[in-house]
Amino acid sequence: MTFRQRHLLGIEQLHPEEIKTVLDLADSYAEMNRSSVKHSDALAGLTQINMFFENSTRTQASFEIAGKRLGADVMNMAMQASSIKKGETLIDTALTLNAMHPDLLVVRHPHSGAVNLLAEKVNCAVLNAGDGKHEHPTQALLDALTIRREKGRLHRLTVAICGDIAHSRVARSNLILLGKMENRVRLVGPPTLMPSQIDQFGVEVYDDMEEGLKDADVVMMLRLQRERMDGGFIPSEREYYHRYGLDAEKLAHAKDDAIVMHPGPMNRGVEIDGTIADDINRSVIQEQVEMGVAVRMAAMDLLARNLKAERENRTEGVYV
Amino acid sequence: MTTTFTNARLINPETGTDEIGSLTIEGGLIVGLNAGEAGEVIDCGGKCLAPGIVDIGVKIGEPGERHKESFRTAGLAAAAGGVTTMVIRPDTTPAVDTPETLSFVTRRAGQVTPVNVHSMGALTKGREGREMVEMGFMLDAGAIAFTDCDHVVTDNKVYSRAMTYARSLRALIIGHPQDPQLSKGAAVTSGKFASLRGLPAVNPLAERMGLERDLALAEMTGVAYHADSLSTAKSLPALERAKAAGVDVSAGVNIHHLTLNELDVGDYRTFFKVKPPLRSEDDRLAMVEAVASGLIDIISSMHTPQDEESKRLPFEEAASGAVALETLLPAAMRLVHAGLIDLPTLWRALSLNPARRFNLPGGELTVGAPADLVLFDPDAPFVLDRFKLNSKSKNTPFDGARMEGKVLGTWVAGERVFGGNDA
Repeated sequence: MTFRQRHLLGIEQLHPEEIKTVLDLADSYAEMNRSSVKHSDALAGLTQINMFFENSTRTQASFEIAGKRLGADVMNMAMQASSIKKGETLIDTALTLNAMHPDLLVVRHPHSGAVNLLAEKVNCAVLNAGDGKHEHPTQALLDALTIRREKGRLHRLTVAICGDIAHSRVARSNLILLGKMENRVRLVGPPTLMPSQIDQFGVEVYDDMEEGLKDADVVMMLRLQRERMDGGFIPSEREYYHRYGLDAEKLAHAKDDAIVMHPGPMNRGVEIDGTIADDINRSVIQEQVEMGVAVRMAAMDLLARNLKAERENRTEGVYV
Repeated sequence: MTTTFTNARLINPETGTDEIGSLTIEGGLIVGLNAGEAGEVIDCGGKCLAPGIVDIGVKIGEPGERHKESFRTAGLAAAAGGVTTMVIRPDTTPAVDTPETLSFVTRRAGQVTPVNVHSMGALTKGREGREMVEMGFMLDAGAIAFTDCDHVVTDNKVYSRAMTYARSLRALIIGHPQDPQLSKGAAVTSGKFASLRGLPAVNPLAERMGLERDLALAEMTGVAYHADSLSTAKSLPALERAKAAGVDVSAGVNIHHLTLNELDVGDYRTFFKVKPPLRSEDDRLAMVEAVASGLIDIISSMHTPQDEESKRLPFEEAASGAVALETLLPAAMRLVHAGLIDLPTLWRALSLNPARRFNLPGGELTVGAPADLVLFDPDAPFVLDRFKLNSKSKNTPFDGARMEGKVLGTWVAGERVFGGNDA
C-alpha cells in the first residue's frame, strides 16, 4: 500500500500503485456504504471545508457525505456568493480560511491551475474537485473503480471517451489514469471539440462514432459543456445528437457486454439517448455516483493519514 | 574631461569585430579608437566594452501605474542592465495619444532618468483602433514612432489611412502582428502542453495571419513598418519575402522568446505568462537563427512590470508580461554561451539596428558617436534574486536562474551611470 501525496491535485502526479491504493480502500468503503451503519471515525476531529467557486450539486454533495460518514466536521462554502464578489483575491480567501485551521480543503474553481495555486498557500491537504479544463481526479478515480468492479480488471481494456473532450477536465483525468493503467484509450468527437495535439497523449482519435466505438469495452459519454463554450463549436444540438449522441444503433458497434458511463449531469437527447441511460444492463451511471462517495472517502482518509503523520513530525513512515 | 578605456574587448557591431583595444571618450562623444592613452585611464582587464543597449520595448508605469514602475526605478534598472537608451511604449493608462501626454512623459523622464529616453506615441486614440492620433504634433513633441502595442488595429481602412498619413511624415509604425479573434483570451500556445494544462490557447499561425496582413498594408502604403514581438517560425518566410520584395520592413523579437519556451510555464507559473505566449522549442531556435542571420533585426526586452497582485492569480486571470531591463544582457548571453550567435552579431540586434531603425544616435563604436557604453564580464556567473532588481516590480521569469554575464559599468554621454571605479 502506497500513497505519498500531500494533496490530490490531479491524476498526473499519481503512481499506478497509488491509484490502486485508493481504489482498494474505496472498495472497502463501498461495502461499508451498503451496510446499515455507514460510519467510521477516520476523520474524527478533522475539519473539512468544501470551497466551490463554480456551481456544483452532485460533487459537492458527494464530498459532503463522504466527509460526514468518516466523522469529519464538514462545512460548505458557496464561493460564488461570497467575498469573491467583493473583489478579494483567491489567495486572500485561501489565507483567511487557512487561519481557521481546516484539515481538508475541497476546491472547485473555473480556472485551470487555480487549485494548484491555492495548495501552495495553505498548510492542509487540498483535494481538487475540478479546476477549469485541467483535472478532476476524484471523477477519474470513481470511474476507474466502477470499471474495475464491472470488468474485473483495470488494464488492457478498450475505453472510448466520447463527446466534448476539449472542455472536459473529466476526459483529461480519465485519459491520464487509463493510460497509466495500460488501457487502450480512444477519444471520439467532432474535431472542434478535440484539444490540439491530443493525439500525442498516446490515445487514438476518431471523429466517427461507429469506428470509435468498435469493440470497445467501455463507452464513456461526456456532457456537452455549453457553459464553457465561447462560440459555435457544433452547428446544432440535433446534428450533434445525430452524429455523436449515443443510441442503441451506435452502441451496437461496441462489444456486447460494453458498459455505458456518464459523469453527469446528463443532457438526454443531446449526447445520450434516454433509454440507454436507463438500461440497467448497460448503464452504470448510478453505480458511478455510488462509487463517487467511496472514492472520496478513500482519498480523504489517505490524505488525512499523511497529514497527521506529517504533523506528528515522524521521520519514518510519514506517508502511508 | 577625457577618459580612455584600455585593455578592452571592443564589441563592434558595425564592423563585426571583437578585438582587444582601447577607446577614448571626451565631451560625451567617442573621440578615438586605439588612439593611445589620454586623460583618465580605465583598465578594462580584458572585459567586453560595447555600445550601450538601445531597448525599444520598455513599458513604464507612468502615467497611471506608478506603483508598478516609475521613471526613476526603470532608469536605475536600465543603467544596471547596460541599457543606455529606452524607447518607451505608449500602452499606459491613459495611453500616450496626445502631444500633451507625450510632453508630460518626456518631462518626467528627463527629470529622474539617468539614461536616454525616447517616447513612442499611440497610433490611434486610446489605442482603440478607430481614429489616428495627431501624428504631426506628436512628432514635434518628440515621438519617434507610433504603435498601439498589443492592441491590434482590426479595421483595415483605419490602419491603412494611418499608415499612409505616417508615410508622409516619414514616421515609423510598429505592429505586434496577431490575429485578434484567434488570440482572444488565449494564455498559452496551442499544443500538447496547453491541452495537458487545460489552458485557453492560440495557434502559432495566428501570428503569421496578422503579419501577412500588416505586410500587405505596408506594401500598399509604402510606410516604414516594424513588425515587433515576432515569435514563431511560421512567420519568418512571410517576413523574408517582404524584405526581398523591397517593402520597408524590419522585425523584432523579445528576449523571452529567444531564451524560454512554453514548457517553462510548468505548473502554472504566471511569471512566464507573456504576450505573445511562449512558443515551442523549435520556434525558439528558429527565432535565434533568424537573429543570427539578420532576418530579425532587433531584440528588445519588452519590459512589462506587473505587481505581485497582478501575477498571484490563476494563470488565465494573471496579467501578462515580465520585467527584463536588467536581465536582457545576461539572458542574451545564454545564446552566446550556447554557441548560437557571436557577440558583434548579437550587438547588432541590441544596439546598432534599433538605433538606426528608430533614427537615434548611438548604438555603435565609431568616432563621433555618443559615448553610450556598457562594460561587462561575459562569463561572470550569478544566481538571479528577483528582490535585488532595481525595478519596482519583480516579475522576472529568471528568478533563481543561473546566469552568466554581469554589467560592470554603464556610461551615458560619457557620464558613468552604473558601476564602481574598480572595473
